Amino acid sequence: MKIGVIRFPGSNCDRDVYHALKLAGAEPSYIWWKDEDLTDYDGVVIPGGFSYGDYLRAGAIASITPVIDGVKALVKEEKPVLGICNGAQILGEIGLVPGIFITNEYPKFNCESTNLKVTTNRSPFTSYYKKGEIVKIPIAHAEGRFYTEDIDLLHDQDQILFQFADENPNGSMEKITGICDESGLVCAMMPHPERACEEILGSTDGLKVFKGMINKS
Amino acid sequence: MIFDIEVKISLKDGMLNPEAKTIENSLSLLGYNVNNTKTLNIITFDMEGEDRETIRSEVDDMCQKLLCNPVIHNYKITIIPRNSACGDC
Repeated sequence: MKIGVIRFPGSNCDRDVYHALKLAGAEPSYIWWKDEDLTDYDGVVIPGGFSYGDYLRAGAIASITPVIDGVKALVKEEKPVLGICNGAQILGEIGLVPGIFITNEYPKFNCESTNLKVTTNRSPFTSYYKKGEIVKIPIAHAEGRFYTEDIDLLHDQDQILFQFADENPNGSMEKITGICDESGLVCAMMPHPERACEEILGSTDGLKVFKGMINKS
Repeated sequence: MIFDIEVKISLKDGMLNPEAKTIENSLSLLGYNVNNTKTLNIITFDMEGEDRETIRSEVDDMCQKLLCNPVIHNYKITIIPRNSACGDC
């Protein structure tokens, strides 16, 4: 259960994710963006932050770094990959998940607690939840509006993991804020599960995302 | 030969542009009523090369791989040979 936490210049949720992975029972370690060989890992997390200052587009520059070749190799080996916030934007830029996360409908940085509906639990990342369950996990982003050219495909292939349960804070299509690839092993989510892993933080609902990941890896 | 390159990146028609919308709303605060506001990104650089077609092909690759996201963007490449009066759009 060796899970890597990828660090880019500008990542800032890496230590929180490391802590959450430990709480969930994994053996986490950090990976630098120049590392290409990830064969020692059972899975990786791309944490939130502002990699490369969000220059060009959020996640664009990180998506062409050497470590991404390693991430793609892990995906081929059917190892779980989780992208949170900026990590989700990066996975969208690479095209490992369908659709991308762009500037919020109202260009405001939304940092708040949100209720999410677990739309499907067929992915390892949502396997510890009940389908339709409402969970409390916070968001913190200005570029989290989900957009895809083919929303029907997501429904047909059961790739929607999380939707906002109440109002739509960023204008995402169908309030979608967490998706997976066809296999379910690559998850991109804007909400921060690592910020909802201990009672003192107001919710422990996020821990199950990491537990599901570890259970798979 | 040195070529001056300009890449003009815009959101595809129909895509919501929150920055443009905010600018448009702000202009109305000043009493200006404008419509169809857009914002564009322009990236310029120069490159050395033999001919314009090879340069165009390379810049097109750059757009596809990094400068743009083809899901949401259109782009227009302009290549002007240095010391030349007319461009090729």
